[in-house]
Amino acid sequence: MERRTIFPGIALPMLLVLPQLLLTVVFFLWPAGQAIWSSMTRADPFGIRTQFVGLENFADLFSDPLYVDSIGRTVVFCAAVTALSMGLALLLAVYADREIRGRGFYRILLIWPYAVAPAVSAVLWILLLHPQIGLVGRWLNRAGVQWNYKLDGTQAMLVVIVASAWKQVSYNFIFLLAGLQSIPRAVIEAARMDGAKGWFRFRTVVLPLLMPTVFFLLVVNLVYSAFDTFGTIQALTQGGPGKATETLVVKVYRDGVVNLDIGSSAAQSVVLMLGVIVLTVLQFRFLGRKVAE
Amino acid sequence: MNGRIDWPAHVMLGLGVLLFILPIWLVLAGATLDPAAIARGELSLVPRLDGWGVYAAVLAEGAPGAQPVGRMLLVSAGMALAIAAGKIVISILSAYAVTFFRFPFRMTAFWTIFITLMLPVEVRIMPTYSVMSDLSLINTFPGLTVPLIASATATLLFRQTFLAVPDELVEAARMDGAGPLRFLKDILIPVSAANLAALFVILFVYGWNQYLWPLLVATNPRLDTIVIGIVKMIGTETQTEWNRVMATAVLALLPPVAVVVLMQRWFVKGLTEGEK
Repeated sequence: MERRTIFPGIALPMLLVLPQLLLTVVFFLWPAGQAIWSSMTRADPFGIRTQFVGLENFADLFSDPLYVDSIGRTVVFCAAVTALSMGLALLLAVYADREIRGRGFYRILLIWPYAVAPAVSAVLWILLLHPQIGLVGRWLNRAGVQWNYKLDGTQAMLVVIVASAWKQVSYNFIFLLAGLQSIPRAVIEAARMDGAKGWFRFRTVVLPLLMPTVFFLLVVNLVYSAFDTFGTIQALTQGGPGKATETLVVKVYRDGVVNLDIGSSAAQSVVLMLGVIVLTVLQFRFLGRKVAE
Repeated sequence: MNGRIDWPAHVMLGLGVLLFILPIWLVLAGATLDPAAIARGELSLVPRLDGWGVYAAVLAEGAPGAQPVGRMLLVSAGMALAIAAGKIVISILSAYAVTFFRFPFRMTAFWTIFITLMLPVEVRIMPTYSVMSDLSLINTFPGLTVPLIASATATLLFRQTFLAVPDELVEAARMDGAGPLRFLKDILIPVSAANLAALFVILFVYGWNQYLWPLLVATNPRLDTIVIGIVKMIGTETQTEWNRVMATAVLALLPPVAVVVLMQRWFVKGLTEGEK
């Protein structure tokens, strides 16, 4: 879509768009180009010379069982976080859409966690689940469950999933509720008149109309769980115990910033970039112009 | 709505609210407890009424492993405000340029900005770090904020808003002799005020909650944000003073939550409508 009425001038608009372009080129395009370049080079052990090695870093990456494991782990993690936070949000949105007393009150109490930082939500969950001091963690141990997410990999995964999903419920709730409210009452009434009840009405009338919102959220949640949960995981487990909660982003941080393996870290960055590009294209193809930070 | 109470809805929503309130209540109450008691495993939901002094203590002194919380709150506030304001300003300007003018490489500029959507910090960690160090921006406040100011999201949102401005409004302004900058300042920005408010909330929260970026570019503790600081506090596993950690968690939560709650109406509308 384009505007019909416009202003004349060439220098002014170029000047106006310049700051944004400058920042984009310096801090986004240039580093991304660097990542692609260094993903195809390798430094000798003393860091004196670098040589071009083509796709060798990628070949190494995908033949490294640790990396393949990390991909699998990330997929499980993202799927679990997305399913949990969207499922819970849908359930709450359906009830909040009913005409009940105090709905404004409920709504605000369900929306505010949007503002909680991922790393801070991790702290809240530590206080609940810590094996020695946590409110729930202590209780689990007393009840005879061997609860210690600092030693048990499966439990650690469970904890990072729960903490990550908890924080994302409100975002999904806001969109699902808006989606439900935009369904014309007349459609619901018509279905009711035709005798469609409860779950059946929801499944055959409401859910199909809600599908665009659900698809949009699916992509947003995958991006969130893949990228924005770094703080949550870092605060809760640092990717451990061992590598039990090392998702791709945690791994790229560990390999690049902590272990200074530039070639491999760059190759991992490029793989992640491709992942984001695929998700963004999906989002725009299926949903028109929907964008989220 | 015929006077009967919808019990299932109240029960479900009540449980949902509880799920979010419980952890907050826990830190609110826990912050007032005796740290030795918490370490012994006596964390409880009942606050100790004479324990509120912990807030003054963390604001002034912090906790083992971290800076005073008052200082970190200032850094966070500065960062969040600078990012939100910066993003809004440069996005309004670039959206205005691409919607209200025709100039060479207009679409190239637009798509260049658009591409940043696909390049979150997480996927370009190391090279961004080296660009930052080439520009000597490591451990500086501009380093913490300026690179996060480029925003495709805000540009797209303003472009959407600007496209919907009626032609008559533009014609009328031009008839009255308003130049492009005058039109932007006196008409376009005021009519976009609601979107601006919504975007401010989203961007403030985004800036406040950053973790990976400050971790990467600011190793100097004096530039620690509150989010960085609280993770440092729990990192010192053996000597963690949990009451202080909890008080810090409350203080870290408060500003962004307050912004969302106070500006709820615009925020929800802007978030859900802006996505179309």
